[in-house]
Amino acid sequence: MADEGKTLRTAARERRAPRLTLAMREAMEAWLFISPTVAGFLVFFAGPLVAVVLYSLTEWNLLTQQMTYVGLANYRDALFDNPDFWHVARNSAIFAVGLVPFNMALALALALGLSGRFRGVIFFRTVFFAPVVTSAAAWAIVWKFLLQGESGFVNQILATVGIAGPNWLRDPNWAMFAVIFTRVIKMVGLNMILYIAALQAIPRDYEEAARLEGASGWQVFRWITWPLLGPTTLVIMVITTIGSFKVFDHIYLMTGGGPENGTLVLAFYIYEQGFKFFNVGYASALAILMFAIVMALTVVQLLVRRRDT
Amino acid sequence: MIDRLTPRQLAMVSRVCWTLGLSVAAVPFVFPLLWMVSSGFKNAAEIFGSPSIVPREWHWLNFVEVFTYQPFARQYFNSLYISVSVTAITLVVSSLAGYALARLRFAGASLVGLFLVSALMVPEEVTIIPNFFLMKRFGLVDSHLPLILLPVFGPHGIVATFLMRQYFLALPKEVEEAGKMDGLSRFGIWLRIALPMSRPALAAVAIITFLHSWNLFLEPLIFVSSIEKFTLPLALSNFTDPYGTPLWHLQLAATSLSVLPILIVYLIAQRQIIESFALSGVKG
Repeated sequence: MADEGKTLRTAARERRAPRLTLAMREAMEAWLFISPTVAGFLVFFAGPLVAVVLYSLTEWNLLTQQMTYVGLANYRDALFDNPDFWHVARNSAIFAVGLVPFNMALALALALGLSGRFRGVIFFRTVFFAPVVTSAAAWAIVWKFLLQGESGFVNQILATVGIAGPNWLRDPNWAMFAVIFTRVIKMVGLNMILYIAALQAIPRDYEEAARLEGASGWQVFRWITWPLLGPTTLVIMVITTIGSFKVFDHIYLMTGGGPENGTLVLAFYIYEQGFKFFNVGYASALAILMFAIVMALTVVQLLVRRRDT
Repeated sequence: MIDRLTPRQLAMVSRVCWTLGLSVAAVPFVFPLLWMVSSGFKNAAEIFGSPSIVPREWHWLNFVEVFTYQPFARQYFNSLYISVSVTAITLVVSSLAGYALARLRFAGASLVGLFLVSALMVPEEVTIIPNFFLMKRFGLVDSHLPLILLPVFGPHGIVATFLMRQYFLALPKEVEEAGKMDGLSRFGIWLRIALPMSRPALAAVAIITFLHSWNLFLEPLIFVSSIEKFTLPLALSNFTDPYGTPLWHLQLAATSLSVLPILIVYLIAQRQIIESFALSGVKG
């Protein structure tokens, strides 16, 4: 090994760049390779992240294009003065609390049913995953239509069994439920395949050994499968939670935040404030608050998990 | 009754029940897509009148009207060329960076990795306001450049980078050493040895990147305002009458046209596509 390194080094020295050591040369090459990514990161992520903090401390007058420093006024506005923020944060929380467990339970159930090998298993996996590759715009448009008032397809079907369905997306009691349900159906396939991959990685002997000892199906799941799925469950929980706070297109196209702002979630509110009303400072403060919420939730989930294991 | 069945019959019964259950569960997943295509062929009255999946009359002209009502062909082309560009650039940029992170030793490597990962924690909504003003300053608002640049360098590009890095790490080093002996430069090793050996990872990155770009909604909504510059997701809900009421038959015909090619490719290559998502999900 040492020999090889020596010959390489002499070879490199003989061929070109006599003054560069091999390590320096390698570092230079590495920075060359990684420079597009680092440049993009600085320009489109790090810079904007600093900028959004600064924006959040200002108020913009769009007519005169003037920025005035206002300190924490935007945050005070969001957290104390303007009741909208808490209303919207509550909606986002309801959305997440409804979506995450529903999504994860369904994903796990489907994965348990589809992790084995039987005829049709590929067919069903393909079916349950199909909405994931479909665009959110298409999915929202079709469901918006299926869920219309009296003439909507879902209600026509319900009517045949004597149920008078609500106007799903216009009824404040049902709109949130409807967007959560359609979102879960759209995205659950992704978590399903992550669970299937994790289930298939569990050695068969564990279950067989437990079965020989007389364990029931439930006991095998509770004491073998579920604990072994722990890391996967954590990853899924974190990405699903973050995803649920980011939901935008779905809401924008299905309800537009209505009815009575009942589905006005954080990402949508930021969009409205920033790009419709051009309250740039306030919208930036909201963006920071959203970031803080997502971070806090992620950290809490990681900590809870660490305590458990 | 049950205890009279042989174990074999019992297994069969349970399999039938299982399949039946899965089929019922599958309805909300496939039905909307079938229904979308069938309604694309109906006229407005029939869409609201009958829940039948087979249209009574086939209104093929819907699919012609879609192209005359707004510049749909142009919008389709926009989506296509933007997605292809994003995919091509992401493949190059992420495999270069992924290679450096996997194979090359340099001061700050772990720091760079850490910074990149931290970007995955931040929702795009947080940085999109400054990015808008950045693009505005360079006169790129209402152009397609933001729709190409932001996905390439945003969280999605970072996921691609780590996917590539992970794959390069698992490759045997010996082949690359041999290439070095043969006098290949670092770039040559990357291009002629590392990349050809990473086809599965490149395919996975290409698949998820293309779909991500094809389906992007927030960025086009914010950065693009002229109708002829719309991408498909924006164009779909733009089939409305002058009062803003949706023209459902056109919306659904257009939606079908935007979704069907993707679904057909998906049906052909479902295993590969699903695996690509599994790979990116685990890394993301």
